Amino acid sequence: MSFRARHLLGIDHLSPQEIVALLDLAEEYVALNRRTIKHSDALSGMTQINMFFENSTRTQASFELAGKRLGADVMNMSMQTSSVKKGETLIDTALTLNAMHPDLLVVRHPSSGAVNLLAEKVNCAVINAGDGRHEHPTQALLDALTIRRAKGRLQRLTIAICGDIAHSRVARSNLILLGKMENRIRLIGPNTLMPAGVAEMGVELFQDMREGLKGADVVMMLRLQRERMDGGFIPSEREYFHRWGLDAEKLALAAPDAIVMHPGPMNRGIEIDGTIADDINRSVIQDQVEMGVAVRMAALDLLARNLRAERGRAAAGVMV
Amino acid sequence: MTQTYFTNARLIDPEGQTDQQGSLLVRDGVIEAISGVQEPAPEGATVIDCDGKALAPGLIDWGVKIGEPGERHKESFRSAGRAAAAGGVTTIIARPDTMPPIDTPEALEFVTRRAADAPVNIRHMSSLTKAREGREMVEIGFLTDAGAVAFTDGVRPVTDSKILHRCMTYARGLDALIVGHPQDASLSRGAAATSGKFASLYGIPAVSPMAEVMGMDRDLALVQMTGCRWHADQITVAASLPAFERARSAGLDVTAGISIHHLTLNEFDVGDYRTFFRFTPPLRSEDDRQAMVQAVADGVIDVIASFHTPQDEESKRLPFEIAAPGAVGLQTLLPAALRLYHQGGLSLPQLWRAMSLNPAKRLGLPGGRLSKGAPADLVLFDPNAPFVLDRFSLLSKSKNTPFDGARLEGRVLGTWVAGQSVFKGDA
Repeated sequence: MSFRARHLLGIDHLSPQEIVALLDLAEEYVALNRRTIKHSDALSGMTQINMFFENSTRTQASFELAGKRLGADVMNMSMQTSSVKKGETLIDTALTLNAMHPDLLVVRHPSSGAVNLLAEKVNCAVINAGDGRHEHPTQALLDALTIRRAKGRLQRLTIAICGDIAHSRVARSNLILLGKMENRIRLIGPNTLMPAGVAEMGVELFQDMREGLKGADVVMMLRLQRERMDGGFIPSEREYFHRWGLDAEKLALAAPDAIVMHPGPMNRGIEIDGTIADDINRSVIQDQVEMGVAVRMAALDLLARNLRAERGRAAAGVMV
Repeated sequence: MTQTYFTNARLIDPEGQTDQQGSLLVRDGVIEAISGVQEPAPEGATVIDCDGKALAPGLIDWGVKIGEPGERHKESFRSAGRAAAAGGVTTIIARPDTMPPIDTPEALEFVTRRAADAPVNIRHMSSLTKAREGREMVEIGFLTDAGAVAFTDGVRPVTDSKILHRCMTYARGLDALIVGHPQDASLSRGAAATSGKFASLYGIPAVSPMAEVMGMDRDLALVQMTGCRWHADQITVAASLPAFERARSAGLDVTAGISIHHLTLNEFDVGDYRTFFRFTPPLRSEDDRQAMVQAVADGVIDVIASFHTPQDEESKRLPFEIAAPGAVGLQTLLPAALRLYHQGGLSLPQLWRAMSLNPAKRLGLPGGRLSKGAPADLVLFDPNAPFVLDRFSLLSKSKNTPFDGARLEGRVLGTWVAGQSVFKGDA
C-alpha cells in the first residue's frame, strides 16, 4: 500500500499515487455500502472522535457513518457548546483529548490551520474535516472519485469551478488535487470572490461564465458563503444568479456530457437552478454524498493501518 | 434621405486639433464629409451658410444634476434639455444624486424614460452604492446592461476603503467606469471655503486643499490594487496633480475632470458672501486656478464640465456656510470656457478636446468629433459676440449662476442633434 501519511490534513502532501490508492480502496467501500450488511472490522477496537467546532450536519454524519461501518467506537463532540465556550484553548482541548487515548480524530474548525495545530499535540491520527478557508481534503477526494466514476478517468479533463472561490476550502483542495492529476482547471466568478494571487496557481480565470463553461467536462458549482462575508461581495443575489448562477442556457455551453457537481448545501436559485440540480442526467450531486461515506471509510482505514504499523514498530523497538 | 450642408464654417476639430475654414455635409443624421475647400452644395441639400462662424462638435457635459426624481421644481428633463440645446450641449451625462438616487435598474429605467422629454441626448450615471450610503454596492452588472455609463456617489465619497475596494474589484470584472470625488470627507466635513486668509477674514468654515490630495492618494492606491477604470470628477488643486500624473504614467487607467467654475473663478470671487459662488469643492486660490488651466492645456486634465447643479432661490438665500452648493451651467459652459480662449490660455480645439472629444472617448460614446460617420451633434457659435448675462434669461428652472451680470463673449447660433436642429439663436 502506497499510502504513508500519518494524518490527512490536506491534499498538498499527498502524491498522485497515494490519491489513487485511496480512491481504489474507496471503490471497495462503495460496493460494501451498497450491500445489505454494510459492515467491516477494519477499525474494530479503535476509537474515533468527531470534534466539530463549527456546524456541519452532513460531513459529521458522513464521518460518523463511515466510522461505525468500519466497526470503530465513534463519539461526536459538538465543541460549540463545550469547554471552548468556557475559555479553554485549543491546545488544552487537545491535551485533554489525548488523555482519553483516541485513535482517530476528525476535526472541523472555523480557523485555517487550527487542525494542523491540533495534530501536532495529539498522539492519534487526525483528519481535517474542513478548517476555515484552508482545506477540506475528503471533499476533494470524494469529488475526485465521483468524477472518475462518471467520466472514466481523472486526467485530461476540463474542470470549471464556479462561484465563491475566495471563501471556499473545497475549491482550494480541489484545485490542488485536480491539478496534481493534470487536469485543466478554470475558475469562474466575480473578482470580489476570487482570492488574490490565484492566477499564479496554474489555472485559467474567467469573469464571464459563458466563456468559462465552453467545452467543460465537469462543472463544479460552489455555495455562496454568505455567513463568511462581512459586507457585500456581490451587489445582490439576483444579479449573482443572472451572471454566475448555473442554468440550462449556460450549461448548454459545456461539453454535451458534462456533469454538474455541488458540495452542498445548495442555495437554489442563487448559484444553481433547482431543475439542473435535480436533473439525473447531468447532476451527480447525490453521487457525491454517496462517495463521501466511501472515501471517508477509505481514509479512516488507511490512517488506522498506518497508525497500527507505527505502534507495532514502536512496540517492537521497546521489545528490542 | 435628408442632407444638410454647412458651408463657410470655421471647423473646430478636437481630434485633429485643427481650426480651419471649410464645409461639412450631414446625411441622415451622420457626418458624411468634411472638406477644407468650398464646394457646391449637393443637390437637394439644405444649405446653412455659417458666415465664417465656428462649427464644432456639440458639448458633452459630464455630471449634470437634473431634479428628477425628487426636485423637479429645481430642474426637469425638459427644462435641462432646453437649456442644454441653448448652450450648445448635445449630450448630457446625468448625475445619480437625485432623491431617491439612481441606484437600481428600475430607477434607471424611470429616468431613461423621462429623458425622452429633452431635445438632446441624455445618458445616465448610476450611484456606486445603494442609497449613496457607502455600505453596499449597487447592481453594477444589471445597471450596466440597462445603460449606466459610469458609477459614482458624487460628492459623497465612499469613506470605508474596504467597501470602495470591493466596488472597484467588482467593477473591474465588468469593465465598468467608476467616477470618484477625491476628498478626505472627514477633513472637509462642514467646510464651505478653501482655508486661507480670505476664509479666515470672513470667518467661513474652511478646508485645506490637502483634503483633496489625501482623497486622491487613497483612491489611486485602491485603483492600483484593483486595476479598475477610474475618473476623478474634479481635480481642483495643483498639489493633487503629481500623484495623478504618476498614476497615469504608471499605466493606471485613470482620467480626470474639472468644473468650468474652478477654471474661471477663484476664492476671492465669493466676495461679500455671495452664495452663487458656493461650490463643492470650494473655489480655490488663483495659483491653483492657473495650474488647472495649464493642466487642461497639457492634457493632464481630460474633461471640462459644467457640473450643472440647479438650486432654487430658497436654497441659496441663506447664510453662506449653510447655503446649498453648486451652480447651473448648461447654458454658460460655452461662453465661460471661451474666457479661457480669449485670455490666451487654451485654443478652441484644446477646449473642445476637453468638452467634447475626451468625455465621448472615456464614456464610449460615438459623438464628440468632427469625422465621417460620427453623429451630427453640432454647435455653431460666434466666439467673439459679447453680451451681459442676465440670469433670468436662462432656460433652466433654477437661475443660480455666478455669472449673473458678467460680461461674456461667445453666443450659440445653432445646435443640432443627429442632424436635427434643436436650437436656433439670434445671429
